[in-house]
Amino acid sequence: MKQKKVYIGCGAGFSGDRFDASIPIVKELKNIDSPKYLMFEVLAERTLAIAQQYRLKNPEEGYSPFLDSYINPILDECLENNIKIISNIGAANPVGAAKRILEISKKLNTRTPKIGVVIGDDLLEYMSHKEILNSPTMEGLDFSNNNITAANVYLGARPIADALTQNVDIVIVGRTVDSALALGPLMYEFGWEINDLDLLGAGTICGHLLECGAQVTGSYFADPGFKDVPDLANVGFPIVEFSKDGTFIITKPVNTGGLVSKATVTEQLLYETHDPSNYLVPDVTADMTNLELEDDGANRVIVRGGKGKKPPEKLKATICCDNGFMGEAEMSYAGPNALARAKLAGEVISKRIETLGLQGQLRVEIIGAGSVHFSHDEESSYNLPENGDYRVRTSGIYPLKHQAQQLVDEVMSLYCCGPSAGGGGRGYVTPQSSTASILVDRKTVDPNIRVKIF
Amino acid sequence: MDFIDLPIHAIAHARAGDKGDVSNISLIAYEEKCWDIIYEIATKEKVLQIFKHLGASKVDRYELPNLYALNFVIQNALGGGVNSSLRLDRHGKTLSSHLLHELVLPIKKDMLPKNSPYRQKFKD
Repeated sequence: MKQKKVYIGCGAGFSGDRFDASIPIVKELKNIDSPKYLMFEVLAERTLAIAQQYRLKNPEEGYSPFLDSYINPILDECLENNIKIISNIGAANPVGAAKRILEISKKLNTRTPKIGVVIGDDLLEYMSHKEILNSPTMEGLDFSNNNITAANVYLGARPIADALTQNVDIVIVGRTVDSALALGPLMYEFGWEINDLDLLGAGTICGHLLECGAQVTGSYFADPGFKDVPDLANVGFPIVEFSKDGTFIITKPVNTGGLVSKATVTEQLLYETHDPSNYLVPDVTADMTNLELEDDGANRVIVRGGKGKKPPEKLKATICCDNGFMGEAEMSYAGPNALARAKLAGEVISKRIETLGLQGQLRVEIIGAGSVHFSHDEESSYNLPENGDYRVRTSGIYPLKHQAQQLVDEVMSLYCCGPSAGGGGRGYVTPQSSTASILVDRKTVDPNIRVKIF
Repeated sequence: MDFIDLPIHAIAHARAGDKGDVSNISLIAYEEKCWDIIYEIATKEKVLQIFKHLGASKVDRYELPNLYALNFVIQNALGGGVNSSLRLDRHGKTLSSHLLHELVLPIKKDMLPKNSPYRQKFKD
């Protein structure tokens, strides 16, 4: 008998990722006669804080604002071909997301899906603000004076695997470690237990490689002449073929652009990784240091050697708080002596903000002069031409909206009050949210994790 | 002329990620033949120096010899991190290019990948 393989495609790597990326994956998976899954990872830290705001305004909302855009194009084909969908598209309201998917199913006249919803990540449902604030802090600011807008603990893959035992078509979660969207199905299909640490490690590494979508298949990689990627505009999102022994192959759908190579896989492996021998998730401490990569034909890379150790004792949670408003505004200077004029514009803004008495840190940088690697008052190591195309950018965060607007107004006033020939002014005011990470006891969280079936 | 001082971009590639105010940047040899020199040159002290002007306070270096890769974890380099930084690039996503540009080393033509545009800098 052929060894069982599990196929997992990833159709989105962040909230707002391409809405049609999953279509070629579904096309490919539907012809495969093995367990097959489609994951969507669409929940960044800030996305959840914004989603909580929506839910406060309307208790039916708070799931991903892009849910319809991701689910509409593939729901029918997934249900007809037994491709199970796993996603954190639930954001601040996983139950609301399930209800919305049932509405979409009715509208599209598909088979009615059975949906498993994992709840228990929202600490505000079972911990007081005081308990949250008294938890040990891993990183971030002191929040005791701020209004907590979201506090969610990162759940692991076990609840997803539990949901799958109930014969569901779709599993919706809120805050869960991204890699668990792949580890959950693998745990369920191969029957992994908590002490199968090396396999859990390999599954976590697999999920980590999938969770940013096309970042493992040639996106965020191209450096023309040095690292060329064919047909980047048509990049294919990843599909993994996972074997029982913990070895897996990363590939992408046929007739798509992009590139799967040892180099693309290595870049993504270390993306947002700190200590590669201690990659912490609730189910395991994954160890990447023994990994071996091998080419297996065009756009296929074999990954071997994933290992695992005991999982961390405590769970990580992210707290979000309101943090005032950011004003950002820009103005361009080009042609003869443009660098000097852009610098003068920056000086004018700095002096005006001082005169107006706006308290807070102001940043002035010149786009075109190394803005993202240096700042206005530092000497850039680049040899900058005096003539060129430069854009002064200023930003500041203030407690009140009108203060942030004042900064924007000052940049706009460069039109009449600034150096010669400034143009293309743009300005924005956006609400800010700060985050911190805390550690929470499993015994506080575990009794609150449940799977609801819809 | 055997050696020319070139940015490490000639022999390695990189990607930056962020978590809070911590940036991590991988540095990966294009080919096995340059692993030893990258391993030797790209010290955590040098990387700290390259990112000090952005506020970097500490650098840890992790090694993955199987993959010819290093991973640098740089503390306090992101102006507060994605939620509070005033910078245009709040994630520090572009910092991988800064590392590739600022880390300079003497390079011989045969260290370069076969089709590297840097080959044009060498006169035969």
